[in-house]
Amino acid sequence: MKTFKRGGIHPEENKFAHDIKLEDFPIPKQAVLYASQHLGAPSTVVVNKGDKVKVGQLIAKGEAFISANLHASCSGEIAKIEPVADITGNKKQAIYINVEGDEWEDSIDRTPDIISDIRLDKNEIIERIKSCGIVGLGGACFPTHVKLMIPEGKKAEYCIINAAECEPYICIDNRIMLERGEELIIGATILRKALSLTDVYIGVEHNKKQAIPHLTQLAQKYAGVHIVTLRTKYPQGAEKQLIKAITGREVPAGKLPIDVGCVVDNVSTALAVYEAVQKNKPLISNYLTYSGKSVQNPKNYNVRLGTPIMEIIQANGGLKEDTGKVISGGPMMGKAITNLNAYTAKGFSSLLQMTQKEASRMEPQNCIRCGKCVSACPMGLEPYLLSVLSRKARWEECEQNQIMSCMECGCCQFTCPSFRPLLDYMRLGKNKTGAMIKARAQKK
Amino acid sequence: MGLLQISSSPHVHDTDSVKKIMWTVVIALIPTMIFSFIYFGWDAVRVTCISIAACIAFEWLIQKFLIRGKCTISDGSAVITGMLLAFNVPSNLDWYIILTGALVAIGISKMAFGGLGKNIFNPALVGRVFLLISFPQQMTTWPQPHRVFTHAVDATTGATPLGYIQTKIAEGADVSDLMSQLPTYAQLLLGERGGSLGEVAAAAIILGGIILLCRKVITWHIPVAFIGTAFVFATILHMCNPALYIPGSYHLLTGGLLLGAIFMATDMVTSPMTAKGKLIFGIGCGVLTICIRVWGSYPEGVSFAILLMNAFTPLINKWCPPARFGASTKL
Repeated sequence: MKTFKRGGIHPEENKFAHDIKLEDFPIPKQAVLYASQHLGAPSTVVVNKGDKVKVGQLIAKGEAFISANLHASCSGEIAKIEPVADITGNKKQAIYINVEGDEWEDSIDRTPDIISDIRLDKNEIIERIKSCGIVGLGGACFPTHVKLMIPEGKKAEYCIINAAECEPYICIDNRIMLERGEELIIGATILRKALSLTDVYIGVEHNKKQAIPHLTQLAQKYAGVHIVTLRTKYPQGAEKQLIKAITGREVPAGKLPIDVGCVVDNVSTALAVYEAVQKNKPLISNYLTYSGKSVQNPKNYNVRLGTPIMEIIQANGGLKEDTGKVISGGPMMGKAITNLNAYTAKGFSSLLQMTQKEASRMEPQNCIRCGKCVSACPMGLEPYLLSVLSRKARWEECEQNQIMSCMECGCCQFTCPSFRPLLDYMRLGKNKTGAMIKARAQKK
Repeated sequence: MGLLQISSSPHVHDTDSVKKIMWTVVIALIPTMIFSFIYFGWDAVRVTCISIAACIAFEWLIQKFLIRGKCTISDGSAVITGMLLAFNVPSNLDWYIILTGALVAIGISKMAFGGLGKNIFNPALVGRVFLLISFPQQMTTWPQPHRVFTHAVDATTGATPLGYIQTKIAEGADVSDLMSQLPTYAQLLLGERGGSLGEVAAAAIILGGIILLCRKVITWHIPVAFIGTAFVFATILHMCNPALYIPGSYHLLTGGLLLGAIFMATDMVTSPMTAKGKLIFGIGCGVLTICIRVWGSYPEGVSFAILLMNAFTPLINKWCPPARFGASTKL
């Protein structure tokens, strides 16, 4: 079984929603869509208050090179366009839709038929992905069409689908593989075609016992689709670690996957690409796992963008007596939600409720120099040292010790027997060191 | 429902903690302690109890009245220091000498630096070396668990095998003649020889080492590098001149080599972090141990070797960073 070599940890998997079927979450009464739901330049709102919109209609346009379109997730009337706080409490421009019925754009193919013929050519595929507003749904929300436009002098050699799903609790990729496996594989072949490659590799962690044989069987119909079984280890789904596991190549510090000839997309993204290219369906909903130790019945939902988070929680009996923390994303890299009156957006792949007991941090003790953080770091850094350098504001030394290579996977802090907030300090260090490097570059 | 918490990721933590690690080490030391009780009787119980109690008491007093911080004795590290200090002294040691050793170990080597994790040198070893230099007479009078030396006149005390060899070689004796008068390998494994409390029963120490390895408290690097280097180095010397140097395998089972390599050189606080650093550290300990044993004025060199390498640990950490991800890729 393949895996990355250096570092990594084995957190409790807690995949409670592993066997729970996907279901459509009810359409909300009012949908609130943040105008920019991607990494890059903000999009421009192209609708006005009082406009009637249909599902799939363009409501914000990404005009810059790195930007993405946004489409109405529900049909109805635009009630207002004004800033609203997102899950972290920051105000963002948002479009309010008062939902009336469920009327879709006519151009969208809503039949359940699976279309495996790819009629579009390479450039048409990229254009369609762009117009449908597809972004990386693994969490980063980087516009997918930009990834597919290979810069001059670079060459794509590997197309990889990230189905590792190494974060505890999250099961959504597993469900997609089981229930929408064929569409996922066609999505992978579309991405492969967009890169002019003949092969595509789908990396799945070994703990997905049903998904691996299921996908392997489906893949027999499609030449050049390889299902790669990976050993279960966090952070297998981190882009650089996945590339290392599948191709044996290491992306150097400060470089991108394309520098070693790799393009990686996640399972939900590949499915969204299928829907965009074969069904002309823009990205209007996303799949998410609702789980955690403080949730009685874990669920796997398909949720329209802009659904209030509280509606999902309330549909399952509301917050419990013992709920101590609500997280968007996985427990290793996800964000603690500071504002529960926020709305779902692209890339919102899980909603976790943790108990008080789990949520509380232990009091930090002296570092006993055990070196566990060093052996756990998948990037080969020294978190014990970097956290001290950050605390002492020695940014030059942070830079020399490659703090910028840290991807904030959290392995160091997870494993620290002294409960030291290693990653907190390293985030601070990355921020300050990054600013220092930027300022220096501007001076020149 | 209470207030919701906010914090940055990661939101989960491993079940490991400093307390668990320290108490695992205590458990791993218990087989050796039981063997010392069997061989040295009530004297061993007395030394061990005084040493542990003194270490805990000093840490508590210093923490409460000098540092005025939170009580730290429950983390188990003072118990380990107490046990290791006891394992490194003869069983007939007077109580006030043990107290002095405990005060130096806890007070000077550990708390003066800022407590657990901040010390540069292994506390138990600092205590032991301090006693060895301050009370050379008492620290080198070894009660014999059994009468193992054929020549022994005094039934209760005598030299350790290594001390005996050093004296005899200095007098011009041939090693091959001496070997017949020394304990056999089987006797060494089961502890039938003179020595400190914890160093006599090699089998019990190895059992403790296996516990630590299985519980992932230590890695194989330091013990293997330490013991391997000592063995290879001593074997080469023995091959060069069998009349002057004892066999490498005899070095392994005598003195504090096993105790040091498994329990003291592997002390997390004072040893390097990376695998490469640990190997260098172990090799350094092995070379220094044999040099001191063979050419030094002390018959035993493990404590000095480990303390010297402790001093190099920060440098080794600086020299041996882990291989950075992607550093080997050529673009």
